[in-house]
Formats: sequence, structure tokens, C-alpha cells
Amino acid sequence: MNLRWLYLFLAVVLVLWVLIPIFLIATLAFSDRPSVFAWPKGLLPQQFSLETISFFFGVEGVWKAIRNSLTVAAMTLVFSVLLGAPAGYALARYPFAGADAYRLLILMTRAFPLAILAIPLAVQFIQVGIYDTAFGVALVHTALALPFAVLVTSSLFLGIPKELEEAAWTLGCNRIQAFLRVVLPLALPGLAATAIFAFVISWNEVFAATLLTLRERTLPAFLLTSLNDSPLPFRFAGGFFLIVPALIFIFIIRRYLFTLWGIANR
Amino acid sequence: MRSERYIPYVLILPSVLFLLFLFAWPLLEALLLSVRGSGGQWTLENFQRMAADLYFKDALKYTLLLTVVIVPLQVVMALGMAMLLGGISKGRDLFLYVWTIPLGISDLAAGIVWLAIFTERGYLNSFLQGIGVIQQPQLWLSYETPMMIFVAVVAAEVWRATAIVFVILVAGLQLIPKEYSEAAEVFGATPWQRFWKVTLPLLMPSLQVALILRTILALEVFAVVVALGGRNLPVLAGEAYYWYNAYQNPGVAAAYAVIILGISVVATILYLRLMRSKQEGAA
Repeated sequence: MNLRWLYLFLAVVLVLWVLIPIFLIATLAFSDRPSVFAWPKGLLPQQFSLETISFFFGVEGVWKAIRNSLTVAAMTLVFSVLLGAPAGYALARYPFAGADAYRLLILMTRAFPLAILAIPLAVQFIQVGIYDTAFGVALVHTALALPFAVLVTSSLFLGIPKELEEAAWTLGCNRIQAFLRVVLPLALPGLAATAIFAFVISWNEVFAATLLTLRERTLPAFLLTSLNDSPLPFRFAGGFFLIVPALIFIFIIRRYLFTLWGIANR
Repeated sequence: MRSERYIPYVLILPSVLFLLFLFAWPLLEALLLSVRGSGGQWTLENFQRMAADLYFKDALKYTLLLTVVIVPLQVVMALGMAMLLGGISKGRDLFLYVWTIPLGISDLAAGIVWLAIFTERGYLNSFLQGIGVIQQPQLWLSYETPMMIFVAVVAAEVWRATAIVFVILVAGLQLIPKEYSEAAEVFGATPWQRFWKVTLPLLMPSLQVALILRTILALEVFAVVVALGGRNLPVLAGEAYYWYNAYQNPGVAAAYAVIILGISVVATILYLRLMRSKQEGAA
């Protein structure tokens, strides 16, 4: 019985370890300037104020960066689902020669550091004319999200019985109709989770985004490059704002987290 | 239905082309970029410039040190969390959700969050003042105190990225049939023995994946360090960034990227070798 309480105690400690830093940054983001610089600080917020957060949104370039981030993330989402889902479907439904080699290729892509991709691509993108565009950044982010999209959609389609599809064929659907009417509706929640995950990967990515942009910064790139010459309230509000969408997305896809990461085992 | 054999290839083709274009080709380009001079001739100049740079030794040292400290901490902690989760019945889903929240948090955001704690008028100093250890705010994140920046980076990385290891391990635990542990219990194994002799060996494949993934990610640590210490704690990925952005020298930047890749590959091979022999030894 004592052991049970110990477990619970440790679990709660870990919950606090995760939540307290988030709580602290939220507190700072929602207080006024004097409280951000106050010393010593209390654990609890002194007074609620929108001063810091509105200061952050008032800085020139922040809205543009947010818009760029959303554009890049949306493109990444579309690209990775459009490229990844067909491949996932192929892996799930057809035993074809080269399937294992393909799986290996997909897994291997995760073993490469981002710097090795971002630096030559930056050089090439300048020549092709897509340097400093949302499209260029989205291409690199898709490269990061695609392996997940393929493996997740593959396990997703595996979970949908082939018999359903075959039944649709016997009832007069062709392959495409059967896919659209039978498989797709069943796969939709999982596909949505895959898409959201791709969105989060893109929203959070900073190294490639910084290297591949100059004026069209995404929010993380904008924050990173202005870190050194921006006041603390700006940084704290920016950090908090970066976290918020991610928290919501993780909450939405929490059921799929283990499919998303568990597949790394196979 | 004669054409059916071609269907899977048609389906994977777009992604294969995409990965060739955005993985294989840049990889080759990076290697070429690092061994070519500005005139296109073959040269080791980029690597020599890199090695002669003031920041190089520290960057290499701190990157390796960070990896060696962070990864084992995360694995031990995640393993503990995964075991803990098995011992909890009430509120399991809630714990699971909260513990995995950091999965959605970016490295830059994590760095900023811990900046709020370690900064001069931050929560750490406030706490230390509260318990009477210090009177005046201490400056932790300056170039004079690289060890404190190091500690802050470790805290931020453990806070942010332990969740990835945790999720991989929990997913791996779910694959292990309960019967093994139950059988061991029948034969009188203590919980401690069951963990070491049954669970851990069976968890080896997941541990391997988690170790490889986390090591590669730790070797390219970047935004957390920039947010907490700027260039006062140089790391390899940061140097690649400065050489590309500030010094406009893609060649040396590529040399740094190649070094990161080289260490990642060596680490991966080591894990595969060492853990395979261990698995065979256990079997």
C-alpha cells in the first residue's frame, strides 16, 4: 500500500516538473513590464496584465512571421500527407519487391542531422530562386515530416480490414471509388493526426527556417535571430506564444502519439 | 488487373523522388561543399579553417559533453517514468498526457522557458534568495560561467526531450507479452529481478531506437543553447549556423555539418554493435 503512494507521489512530482516551467513562462507573458523585471519574484503572478503580450504583438515583423509560420506549416501539412499517404497505403496493402528497402530508406532519413540538409539546400535554393520563400522552407520541413507520415499512414491503413475494400469492389466500385468511399472515411481521424503532427514539426523547426530565410522569417526564425537584441519581455512572450499551439495540437492527437512514435520500433 | 503489379511503385514514386531530391542530393552536395574551395578545386581548406577556429575545440567538447550527460539522464528518467506508469492505476491517462506535453514544445521555446528561470532576475535566483542562500541576483548565464550555462542547457533538454524517449519505451513495453513477467513471478523472481532479467532485455530494441534517435538529436543541439547562452557555450550546429549566416562561408559551415554527421554515424554504429552483442549475450 505504501508503495502505491510512493508511485503516486513520484508521478505528481513529474507532473509538476513538466508543468511548473510552462506555468512560469505563462505568468511572465501575462504580467506587466515591472513584474517581468521584478526581483525577487514570487511563484504566483502579482497582477494580470496584457502589457507584455501586446508589446510582443506590436513589434514590427511579428505578425508577418506568424503568417509565414502558418503558411509554411500548412504547406508542410499538405505536402507530407499527399506524398506520404499513398506510400503508406502501398506499404500496407501490397507486398512488393523493394518494400523493405523503401522502409529502410524512410527510417534512414531520420538519422541525418538537419545541418547537412539545410546548408547545401540554402546554397541551391538561392540558385533556383526559392531561397527566402515559404515554399523553400516547407520543402525542407516536408523532408522532416514525410518519414512519419509514411510510417503512420501505413500502420493506419493496416488497421483497416482489406475485406471491406474487397467487398466494395464486388459491389461494383472501382479501386479509386472503393478507396474514397470506404477506406478514406475510416482513415480520416488518423490522417488528421498525421497532418497535425506535420504541422507541429514545421511550426517548431528553427534551424533550417533560419538558414533558408532572410526577410520571410518564420516565427521561430524571427525569434532566434532577434534574441540577442530584444528585451526579456519580448522573448518570454514569444516563447509562450510558440508553446501554445503545440500544446493544443498535442492534446488533439494524444491518442495517436504512441502510433506516431511507437512505429519507430519496427 | 494486369497492371496491379505497378500500383505500389506508382504510389511510392512521388515520395522516393522527393527524398532523393531533398535527402540524397543535399547529402552529396554537403560533402562536396565541404571538400571544395571557392574556385571549385578539391581541398581540405574548409576543414583546416574549421579546426583552426577559436570556437572549434570548445564546440566539439561541449557538444560531446552535452550528449554524454543528457542522453543517459533522459533514458534513465524515461525508463523510470515508463515503469512508474505500470504501477499506477488511477489517473493513468492524465499522467500520460501531461508527461508527453513537452513533445510539442520546440527547442527554442524550451530554451526561452529555462531562460526565465536562470536569468539574472529569474526564478532560480528568487528561490535562492527566498531560502537565504544569496542576497543579490547572481549572473548565471555569462561567458564567465560556461558550466552554469551547461547546467541550464541540460535542464532544458531533459525537460523538453525526455518525453520522446518515454513514448518510444512505453510503446515498446506494450509489445512485450505480460506472460513473460508473470511466468518469472511464478518462479519466484522479485520485481527487481523481473525488471533486470525479463523486461529490460526484451525492451532492448526500443532502447536502441531511443538511444540512436536521442543521440543524433543531441549532437545537433542548437536553439536551446542559443537562447540560454548565445555563443558563450559554443556547439557544433551553432558554429555551422554562424559560419553560414554571419561569416557567409557555406564551405566551413558544410564542414561542421559533415563533422556532426560523422559523429552521428559512428555513434549509431556503436549502438548497433554494442547492443547486439548484449542481446545475444542475454539470449
